[in-house]
Amino acid sequence: MAALQPFTLTAIRTHQASLVAEWLAGLDASGATRNLKADDLKRQTEEFLDLLHAGLQNGDASNLNAGAWDEVRLFLEKLSHSRALLGQDSQQTATFIFSLKGPLFALLQREYSEQPAQLANQLLQVSELLDALGLHTIRTFQKSREAVIKRQQEELLELSTPVVKLWDGVLALPMIGTLDSQRTQVVMESLLQRIVDTGSEIAIIDITGVPTVDTLVAQHLLKTVTAIRLMGADCIISGVRPQIAQTIVHLGLDLQGVVTKANLADALKLALHRLGLSVAKAG
Amino acid sequence: MERIPILQIGEFLLVTIQVDMHDQLAMTLQDDLSERISATSAKGVLIDISALDMVDSFIGRMIGTISGVSRIMDTQTVLVGMQPAVAITLVELGLTLPGVRTALNAERGMRLLNNSAAPQ
Repeated sequence: MAALQPFTLTAIRTHQASLVAEWLAGLDASGATRNLKADDLKRQTEEFLDLLHAGLQNGDASNLNAGAWDEVRLFLEKLSHSRALLGQDSQQTATFIFSLKGPLFALLQREYSEQPAQLANQLLQVSELLDALGLHTIRTFQKSREAVIKRQQEELLELSTPVVKLWDGVLALPMIGTLDSQRTQVVMESLLQRIVDTGSEIAIIDITGVPTVDTLVAQHLLKTVTAIRLMGADCIISGVRPQIAQTIVHLGLDLQGVVTKANLADALKLALHRLGLSVAKAG
Repeated sequence: MERIPILQIGEFLLVTIQVDMHDQLAMTLQDDLSERISATSAKGVLIDISALDMVDSFIGRMIGTISGVSRIMDTQTVLVGMQPAVAITLVELGLTLPGVRTALNAERGMRLLNNSAAPQ
């Protein structure tokens, strides 16, 4: 593959100001500038053109993984990362690169108007280069988005599994949201650890906030209950809503002698009874 | 040869596993314990595994078997002090130790044994 002509580079350099202006106009027209400050955008476009120029001077346009393109790649990674955090979608982010094509092609057309063969060749080179840069932007953008989603998932996991102490020797775990294997693991670990730390004999798992119970969820619940029993504590499952009770029976699930209660109050009452305590009216 | 000591306290036998269980040790323990139960006609056995922080499927099964053997020899068996990690591992291995009685610590296990031995 032939490299870009030095003439093209010089053309980009000399017409940089007009290129930036046209590029910004194009970005504006495509609606990719929403939520972005005009100053920032102008700075970003200028910086990118500088870096692109430096990259073209030092390296081969056909191999973006080469060291000469490190700065350009880094710039694009930072750019798409910040776009992802701003809540822009992938199209808006990619448009940043792709909208440079219009002004750049127009420039090349003017510069090479006498040499059609050279023009076609240079257009192809520039187009391939910009496509590769655009794809790199999108890939980084997606990675940033995935990182954001993953972090949120982890935070949600931590948030949604508090173990609370209801009484001396009685722990409760109000479950909210769907129970999958990963959550069961977190729930099990934190509950078992608290049982050891507090020496509680009874643990109540409240499933009022669990939207549906299918065979998998029931299996996860049973695992937790069994682990608690192996540790030497007892487990009560409370908050079995009518629909859930019906589902459990329809599915033919065997809860293997697990004590279940309709609500948390009943479970607490049973727990207190087992501890030999009772609640009486004052006076 | 390395052995796990079996202590007699009144009518009960006390087994505390303080070292890493390996397969031969578990087999020896099973033999020793059944011999001792038969010799002392103990009413209860308390197995403390609070120092055990790692199990594999074999040791898990041996714990179940030892409890089962004691039960068949008409001795109440209580397994005490299981660590959370061990409990999770056993559950994931599908070793739910049905019929084995458990307690959080040795004191509670002893109380459980006393309570169940009393009516007889």
